[in-house]
Amino acid sequence: MTLATLLLLAAALIGIGIYGALSQQSFVMLMMGLELILNGVMLAAVAFWAFSGAGAPEGQLLTIIVMAVMAIEMAMGFALVVAVFRGKQADMTESLTGLKY
Amino acid sequence: MESMNDGIGVDIAFLLLATLAVATGWRVFRTDSMVRASFFLLVSFIAVGVIMILLAAEYLGVAMFFMMAVEMTVMALFMVMFMMNPAGLNPMNMVHQERIAIGAGIAGFLILGAMALLAVFPDQPVPADLEPVRSLGNEMLGDSMLIFESAGLVLLTTMIGVVVLSSHRGRYGAAAEGSMPPGLEPGGDPAGKPEEDEAGEGEHHHHHHHH
Repeated sequence: MTLATLLLLAAALIGIGIYGALSQQSFVMLMMGLELILNGVMLAAVAFWAFSGAGAPEGQLLTIIVMAVMAIEMAMGFALVVAVFRGKQADMTESLTGLKY
Repeated sequence: MESMNDGIGVDIAFLLLATLAVATGWRVFRTDSMVRASFFLLVSFIAVGVIMILLAAEYLGVAMFFMMAVEMTVMALFMVMFMMNPAGLNPMNMVHQERIAIGAGIAGFLILGAMALLAVFPDQPVPADLEPVRSLGNEMLGDSMLIFESAGLVLLTTMIGVVVLSSHRGRYGAAAEGSMPPGLEPGGDPAGKPEEDEAGEGEHHHHHHHH
């Protein structure tokens, strides 16, 4: 377990997340791709904290902030899914052609 | 840190957890069941959380378990509520622009991986006498308190925004608007309404289905 292997793992998670976020048609599956990207980001932040940051507490704080971002992404994403579903009975990205309905 | 590079056991554990995290992360987009997809994502997060604990970031690792267990359960519930095929009874592969997506994913991995292998990062491991949880607590309620509190404020804002977005329209629209299911097509009849008088309007229905 070195910094390089940890960052490679983070890169793999981010890569899979990019694939998911770009390829999935269902809103919630798309959000799962975003979550995987943030998963890799958090792992990279902790890896840097552990190997390059000399134990600076801000490194851990950054991970907490990313966790908050993830919670916000989930909550807003689900709220938007509910709003879109109310308006259009849709759960696919293709069914939306504009930001307004 | 000693405990971090302590012997081959940690390395084997890391290898297994890394494989698990990537494999389950990949399976998220390759399973037919959306509920299973959210639990695969949960396993991927838990594997990363265990790796964080191996890296001596105990608080973050454990916080990850709790947060992701709740988040993914909510996600699975949403799958059952809204999404088609939550149980995976039919084959499902709902993708668009898949080639571009695969290319972007591989490109992202290669660029970030090249940075991981080629860049020179300072070699400053966590000091052996550092207490990670204590230092994080002191930071959050000390120098970085404003940042920490701002995160709380943003979460409150999110809660208000979520309620506004997902509640029924009342004051600024018809009160019954939100309680009527919308039509399957824009402007159509409300969905889920029982069909009226199937026999008498057979021809009309036939005509309707063509549109």
